[in-house]
Parts: sequence; structure tokens; C-alpha cells
Amino acid sequence: MKIFEAAKAPIRWEERNVTAIKGPGGRWMIPPDAKESMDRSKIGLKGPLKTPIAAGHPSMNLLLRKTFDLYANVRPCVSIEGYKTPYTDVNLVTIRENTEGEYSGIEHVIVDGVVQSIKLITEEASRRIAEYAFEYARNNQRNSVTAVHKANIMRMSDGLFLRKCREVAENYKDIKFTEMYLDTVCLNMVQDPTQFDVLVMPNLYGDILSDLCAGLIGGLGVTPSGNIGANGVAIFESVHGTAPDIAGMDLANPTALLLSAVMMLRHMGLHDHGNKIQAACFDTIRDKKVLTKDLGGNSKCSEFTDEICRRVKDLE
Amino acid sequence: IDRDMQTVTLIPGDGIGPEISAAVMKIFEAAKAPIRWEERNVTAIKGPGGRWMIPPDAKESMDRSKIGLKGPLKTPIAAGHPSMNLLLRKTFDLYANVRPCVSIEGYKTPYTDVNLVTIRENTEGEYSGIEHVIVDGVVQSIKLITEEASRRIAEYAFEYARNNQRNSVTAVHKANIMRMSDGLFLRKCREVAENYKDIKFTEMYLDTVCLNMVQDPTQFDVLVMPNLYGDILSDLCAGLIGGLGVTPSGNIGANGVAIFESVHGTAPDIAGMDLANPTALLLSAVMMLRHMGLHDHGNKIQAACFDTIRDKKVLTKDLGGNSKCSEFTDEICRRVKDLE
Repeated sequence: MKIFEAAKAPIRWEERNVTAIKGPGGRWMIPPDAKESMDRSKIGLKGPLKTPIAAGHPSMNLLLRKTFDLYANVRPCVSIEGYKTPYTDVNLVTIRENTEGEYSGIEHVIVDGVVQSIKLITEEASRRIAEYAFEYARNNQRNSVTAVHKANIMRMSDGLFLRKCREVAENYKDIKFTEMYLDTVCLNMVQDPTQFDVLVMPNLYGDILSDLCAGLIGGLGVTPSGNIGANGVAIFESVHGTAPDIAGMDLANPTALLLSAVMMLRHMGLHDHGNKIQAACFDTIRDKKVLTKDLGGNSKCSEFTDEICRRVKDLE
Repeated sequence: IDRDMQTVTLIPGDGIGPEISAAVMKIFEAAKAPIRWEERNVTAIKGPGGRWMIPPDAKESMDRSKIGLKGPLKTPIAAGHPSMNLLLRKTFDLYANVRPCVSIEGYKTPYTDVNLVTIRENTEGEYSGIEHVIVDGVVQSIKLITEEASRRIAEYAFEYARNNQRNSVTAVHKANIMRMSDGLFLRKCREVAENYKDIKFTEMYLDTVCLNMVQDPTQFDVLVMPNLYGDILSDLCAGLIGGLGVTPSGNIGANGVAIFESVHGTAPDIAGMDLANPTALLLSAVMMLRHMGLHDHGNKIQAACFDTIRDKKVLTKDLGGNSKCSEFTDEICRRVKDLE
């Protein structure tokens, strides 16, 4: 919020808590005032949430996903100059279908010692995620979309996913469309990630690839993420944990949440502000003078933040 | 004299298969490895009853020798029969796919100290092949996890760790999401771990493994996992050390059968031109020697191979040089003899 203020971003923040409550009928839901705010604003920015262990309610992330039909998880992975990893030129985006696939939650014991787990692929969800991927590519000046699948093995399910991607590709002749097996993607990704642009895939593959790609640029502490829902809702979030061991000690690294907020600004069409804030953040990291501990320095969160604010103002 | 010689069924395969197989045989001869090769072809034929099967003489040889070395096989497009690899897997119940991934000094990748092993359950899981159209536009694919297959692969992983002086076994899973199926797999791993207190046992989510693998692969040792995860991770790890051209692989079956193979393609564009790199097949053959207890020969051949690559004077094109397959092979043979 401090950095946004320094950048004079035209954003008014409405803070809400999403700790699950039991609604009428005994079903878990997010608090009504949080839902009302999201439905009205359409845009959310979210920090890490505690995973409830014995709370009796499902994961909050799952609840949010279902409440707002957050069907697409989007993670742009860009190498951060100054934050050294074995890779220097990563610039790709993973777009993961986030409602079905292997995460249907439908499992059965067939006989003692034999369990089945059901993967569901629907025409509608596949079409919707493919549409989003191509729209995203077009809106963000990306050159190609690659469908990631295992249709050689899962002919019907991944075959359906692939077919919908191909159909949607027909309406986006300006974007290059390719297909690649998931294992081949992984094999190639760690040897040369620069060959990839936008990747679209079903749920489980997206879970794996999005984390793999986050690893390429330095991990969850520097990776932005966005969740696109039906009815124009979009929630941007950092995907790291709550780090209880350093909470409240002014040691945290706000980069992941900041870059997610930049993603949000771009989604809202506020590209100038987004670019300015991102540049200030990257310049600070590249300069290496003021870095939080996880980035290799020994500055406080507030010092890192102030440095970015300073640069943002200079970029006016 | 032949009493010490052990028979191995050799399946040269297609494309560059024959020439890299010849390279391996030449190096084995230079190393005086006590191996007698029995060449067989595994192109599928239709048996009585119309079912596809591997040729009887190939099966007979494998059942007798128990050990196979296999080059790349052509993927049949319109041949009407299933993939040969699938047929072999079913014929010999090859339940474990094992890939040791070790960084090769001299063959530069973004990683220098990779030394891990992926052990993949290769018979069930997501690759059951059971799929249905539920209603128009809705398809389901069934993933099967059984107690028996999970126990068997876990047993193999811990035995492998013990026999190869590895420190830990990590079960890779998504039991937080797939509670019953991956939960069952995990449970069997935990049970088997109880019988191997000398080996450290840990568990890690697949996505966390991938996130960590690309940042620091040295934290991993032996990894055991169900089918799909193994498909992904084994290729990911092959990429860390330089790709399929330098990665060995072994398939362990029931009844003591084991088939070692290179996992790259047939490379038809360079077949027969003496340009192929035999490293993957050679390292698979080294894996085979170790499996057979012939550690001295295995170590010698591996050292000769790694020394050749590190020295960078005689390298095939894919390794960054411009030598022929035969020149690369001869160089390894020379070093093998020197190591006597």
C-alpha cells in the first residue's frame, strides 16, 4: 500500500477478512462483507492464509475458488536480474485450469487394497481456460500458446482438453499454437526455459509446472500469481506461506505480493503504474544495496519498501 | 571357460540402435566384461488367438538370461499394434523404472552436483488406460492405486537404496489432494520404511519437489513415486544432467527380469552415419553390470566414459564435439584398457 501511494496509483483499498464462518444451513462460507466487497470491486489482492488444521472447515483457498469460480491460475515467471538462479532469461506464463481435472476429489475404495481416483475433464472448462489463455496472450503481446498434455496416454480426457485448445486456436490466428507432452516440457524446461512462452494446461500439470517455473526464477518468495474468475472477478495473491517465524519482525520480503499487485494493475489496464512499480522493484533488487534476508541482504522489510518508494518517485 | 560368462539378451532396436549397441559391445570387450550377448528382435507379431506378442525366441531368451539391454524402438504409427515398450512391460511385468541421474563432468548444464535416483511405479496409477465419456462433453479418466503395487515399488526402492549405499528414500505424492489413492501409496511406503531403519525416509509433495529440484537438486537422493509423477520427474531429472542422450534407465520386472535401456529416440536422421552418441546406452549397460554384481567392470567402463567426456578431446556432436561414434567408442576402449 505504501509503494502504491508513492506511485500515486489510483487505488482505494477495502480491507476484508476471509476467515470461514458457518452460514445458515451449516455450510462453511466466507464472511458476507468480504463477498459483498469482492462482488462490487471485482478485483482482490490477497496475502498468504493460514492452513486450518483442526478447524473443521476446508482450505480457505478452496473456499475462495469455489465462491468466485476462480477457474484460471496465472503465473508469469520472469527472471529477476540481481537475484541469481541457474537461469537468466526466463519469461513465460503458466495458465492452469483450476476447477477440475485430477483435483475433482472423487475417490473410492473398489475392494480392499484397490483405490480409484477420478480425473474429470469437461468440454466447457477446457474451452474456457483455452479462451482465457489466448486472450491473455493477445492482451499481453505474447507470441505463442502451448497446450501441455499427456493425450498419448490419456487419450480421452487430455484428448478432449487438447481438442478444445485446437478449436479455440482457430480464432486466434495471430497467436502461434503448439502442443507438447508434459514430460517433454519438463525435460526441455530445465535445459532451456527461453523456448517457452504461454503454457496452458489442466489442473495437476499446472500445479506442477507453475511451481517448477517459480523455482526457475527463485521460488515462491518472488513469484506473482493471479486467479481469474467468472463474472469479471480476479484475485491476485502471493503464493508463499505465512512465515509465522518472522511475522511482525519487519523481516519479510514483499516482492511476491508486490509483483502480484503489479499483475493486478496490468489486469485493470493501469500499465504505466504497473511498469513503474515493477521497474522500481527490479532496480532495487538489481542494485543489491537494500535487500531483505531471503534475497541475500540484511535490510528490513520497511527499508526495502522505502527504497522502492524512493525509486518510484524518481521515476515520475 | 564360459562358466563365468553371463548371457544378456541384447535388443539393438531401430535407427541408431544397432550402431550404439555395437559400440557398447566393443567397449565391453575391451573391458573384458564376462558377458555373452544374445541378439534378439522384439518387433511385435500376432500370436495364436490374434493377440499381439513379442516374438517367442525373444521371450525365451529373456526368460532364460533374465537380463536385457535394449536400444531405442520405433514408435509404430499405423502398425496396428501397441507400443513395443508397453508390450515388453506387460510381458515381463516391468514394475519399476529406475533412472540414476548423475551430473557428468565436462558436459555443462546449469547444475553441477546432481546425484539422485528416480524410481517410478510403472504398471498402474494414472496410466491405467481406463477412460469413459460420462455424458457428451464430460470425460473421466481413472487412476488406480493398489496396495500390492505400492508395496512392491516401495520395497524395491528401499532395497535399491540399501544395495547402492544411498542414504535416504523420499516418497513423492499429492496425498493432500488425492487422499485415498496417494494416501494408500504413502501408507505402504511408510510401512516398508519400518523394515529399513538404516535408510532415512521422508515424504514430499510433488509440486514442492519440482520447486526445490530446480533450485537445489543436491538435496535429493532416492525418490519413489507413482506412475505419472515418475514420468514427469524422471524426465525433469534427465534434463538436469543434460537430457536423454546421456541418461541411463533400467526396468525391473517380476521373476528377476531386468531390462536396461537408453530412453532417447531412434534418431532416424543420423542413423547409419556413425554420428550417434552411445553414452546413454553405455551408462544403462553400466547400470546392468552393477545390477549383476559386476561392480568392478561397471566402474571401469563408467570411469572411461566420464574421463573421455571430461577431457573434451573426442566428443560426438551432441556433446559439443565433432568426432564420430566410432572414434568416441575407440577412445573409451583405449581408456578402459589403460585402467586395467
